[in-house]
Amino acid sequence: MLNRLGNQTLVFKNKPRVVGSYSVVGPKEGKGNFGKFFHKVLEDDLFGEKSYEAAESKMLKLAITEAISDARINKDEVDALFAGDLMNQIISSSFAAKTLGVPYFGLFGACSTMAESLIMGACHVDGGFARYVACATGSHFSSAEKQFRYPLELGTQRPPSSQWTVTGMGCTILGNTNTGICVESATIGKVVDWGVSDVNNMGAAMCPAATDTLKAHFYDTGKTPDDYDLILTGDLGKLGSEILLDLMEYNGFKIGNNYSDCGQMMYNNTQKTFMGGSGCGCGASILNSYVYSRMRKGELKNVLFVATGALMSTTSSQQGNSIPSIAHAVSFSLGGKERNV
Amino acid sequence: MNENERNLRYNAYVESKMPKTKPWPSLFHAFWVGGLICCVGELIKDLCLYIFPYMSTQEASNWALIALIIIAAFLTAIGIFDRIGAYAGAGTIVPITGFSNSIASPALEFKREGLVFGLMAKMFIIAGPVIVTGVVASVIVGLVYLFI
Repeated sequence: MLNRLGNQTLVFKNKPRVVGSYSVVGPKEGKGNFGKFFHKVLEDDLFGEKSYEAAESKMLKLAITEAISDARINKDEVDALFAGDLMNQIISSSFAAKTLGVPYFGLFGACSTMAESLIMGACHVDGGFARYVACATGSHFSSAEKQFRYPLELGTQRPPSSQWTVTGMGCTILGNTNTGICVESATIGKVVDWGVSDVNNMGAAMCPAATDTLKAHFYDTGKTPDDYDLILTGDLGKLGSEILLDLMEYNGFKIGNNYSDCGQMMYNNTQKTFMGGSGCGCGASILNSYVYSRMRKGELKNVLFVATGALMSTTSSQQGNSIPSIAHAVSFSLGGKERNV
Repeated sequence: MNENERNLRYNAYVESKMPKTKPWPSLFHAFWVGGLICCVGELIKDLCLYIFPYMSTQEASNWALIALIIIAAFLTAIGIFDRIGAYAGAGTIVPITGFSNSIASPALEFKREGLVFGLMAKMFIIAGPVIVTGVVASVIVGLVYLFI
């Protein structure tokens, strides 16, 4: 029998659970709205390395090793690592995996990588292919600027619709234990492109993908937005969040106060980030700190995490293509049903 | 509704929701910072003429440009120029300070990829189009000048 609902949703019958998590962010994120929730805030975003790329990799490695200690397990018990980032050829993840010595899958889902890695990890644990898996991702402002935009010291003005790439990493360890937050189901997104080609307005480009995945999730599971205490998108930003709510309402789903966006919430108004945060690390760092800690306290019971990713490169944009996007949804619940033994 | 129509409608809707740059504050910032930079240039020129009375005005202007380029490159190196640029926009880009910054900032950014393929190769990624346009334009103007 297939463990699926509808066209796009996977159901995890053996309830893989979150056994450990860790988040590490840069100084600017530390001064933002979630500073006190992150496990570690760096004083210098170069993190003692010679380049920002090396710093990004070191931060990701730190997040993975500390999440493993948080789960109180041995590194050898981690049967697979699922990680990805924004750098070309996902170097940050692969270089972190090189020194960890754990079986590794490199993923690319742009900013949707946190959800993508959680889905892949949950499948492995649920199917009995792994005792524990590590699902990690992150991004670094300075390395992303260098790859996608302009040199850091160039004196340009950012357009008011732009977002700020988050320097932050997050890692979740999933395992087959009996208590804690469980991954109940997940909806795999399709690549959606509604013709937005402005790379300074990624939120608007990713909204149709988020809407598509949310719609599929609600159709497949029969749930409604009100069944969740929190519906959290990854990095749509202020403008993107407004557009998403409009699109969902247009499609007949009214989402109320239980909706939030990590990008919109990450920074405070004095930090000049315009539409808020973006990048893999945006959703990853908030999910692995604030969201899990509130779930563990019992303040949130059902959370739907929808990470969205813009799947373009500088080459595709310069050649005049619009921005294809993807969104994956992961449904977490506290307690949940008993495991099938 | 077909796909094209949907995309057009969505893009029009996004456009209507997009935050716009406020023109008047931006113009004011650019005006006073750009004006100040020009005044500093004039001041350096006048100082040159005052200290070296036999210097020609043309030569004094050249020294003023060189001084502005060095000041802008120095401010780029210590990480201040990008903040001034974010505030003033065209006010710092249009004078020669913007040109200096556009060469110094990629040089700083790519020096980690090595001297030849990093610093030297990437130095002109932003200023390059300006130089190409300038050279092509001067050739065209030269040809026109030749035949008139």
